[in-house]
Amino acid sequence: MDAKEVIARRVARELRDGMLVNLGIGLPTLVANYVPEGMHVAFQSENGIIGFGAPPPEGMEDPNLTDAGGGFISALPGAMSFDSVTSFALIRGGHLDMTVLGGLQVDSKGRLANWMVPGKIVPGMGGAMDLVSGAKRVIVAMQHSAKGSPKIVEELTLPPTAARRVSLIVTELAVIEPTENGLALRERAPGVAVGEIVANTGAELSVPADVPEMPLAAN
Amino acid sequence: MRKAITVKEAADLIPDGASVMFGGFLGVGSPERLFDALVGRGAKRLTIIGNDTARPGVAVGKLIDAGCVARVIASHIGTNPTTQQKMIAGEIEVELVPQGTLAERIRAGGSGLGGVLTPTGVGTIVAEGKRILEINGLDYLLEAPIRADFALLHAHEADYFGNLTYRLTAANFNPVMAFAADCVIVESDHIVPVGVIPPDAVRTPGVLVDHLVGRAC
Repeated sequence: MDAKEVIARRVARELRDGMLVNLGIGLPTLVANYVPEGMHVAFQSENGIIGFGAPPPEGMEDPNLTDAGGGFISALPGAMSFDSVTSFALIRGGHLDMTVLGGLQVDSKGRLANWMVPGKIVPGMGGAMDLVSGAKRVIVAMQHSAKGSPKIVEELTLPPTAARRVSLIVTELAVIEPTENGLALRERAPGVAVGEIVANTGAELSVPADVPEMPLAAN
Repeated sequence: MRKAITVKEAADLIPDGASVMFGGFLGVGSPERLFDALVGRGAKRLTIIGNDTARPGVAVGKLIDAGCVARVIASHIGTNPTTQQKMIAGEIEVELVPQGTLAERIRAGGSGLGGVLTPTGVGTIVAEGKRILEINGLDYLLEAPIRADFALLHAHEADYFGNLTYRLTAANFNPVMAFAADCVIVESDHIVPVGVIPPDAVRTPGVLVDHLVGRAC
């Protein structure tokens, strides 16, 4: 199981029946592959649909039915489409139960940076700032380090996406919860020692005596 | 009743230096033929306002490629390296706006509001130079309305009163932009006789639309 799959399977354990969920582009979209059997979760794509499904078979694509990355999707029975104003009223207005986003950095205050690297890449924030401001829960799904340097840091060096403290950080090594008193280590990935997590984290972690192994969604 | 005009006639209405809103999300729900006509006319110094700049050679990306654009207001330019290169080279000025804020600023511009108060962007560089207002103990950013000289929209069906329908995720920014420009030009998959679109199915009231672009021209 590679790093991304570990992260996606662990994030999937945060899903609850009846939730409205938004998945960011890239790694977070993998979470949709691991929805527990029998659970009903509605996925929203910010470009204007709730209730989308897997890409249709080749030749069955609809050019007017795409996700926020521009990829072809399908509409499941019960799906609904709407314009951008409605889509962001859902996101900002407290109607979205959970968003799963990628991250460039998270700091000890639980602040996320994921939309630009000054002087290098300036893609823009798209819907990320609204998602972090408005979703009831914000899960950051990212690899623990980038090219050997920690992405979990004491203080952001990249521009923040929002002032808000995110709910949970899930990496291929650990589950970390930002709290009022800093970052708390909650779980470790199968086969990963606490020492390895601490060594790869650039911020102080509070480590309980017993750190359980993270549960992973099946499928 | 409106008469359909050609895409060339539509492009000729839009002078160099105009501000132009456009519907579309990565090119989905974008007025493709109007972009082609603007490139064909050799439009210059446009300010374009939309969610993103698609990709090189795709939809609004063609305006970027052809050097028609001086300024971009968008939420995301990450899918178009040409926009980023021209921004770094100083050929295009880019204002990045959070997507939900962009939608609401346009809504404010089209519905007579003096701005919107949003929590999005508080504590980030989006807040620089803007007023923060405390409402019921929470901080909100005051964001100004956006309007444009023109809105170039894509619809599924249009009737000759200008009533519009959209399909699936091709609606995106089109409906809100119909309110927020001095001149609204619509390219549609079909133009149908008045009465074909039932009142409950109309998503953009025809009174907002100035011009329809004909299919076979």
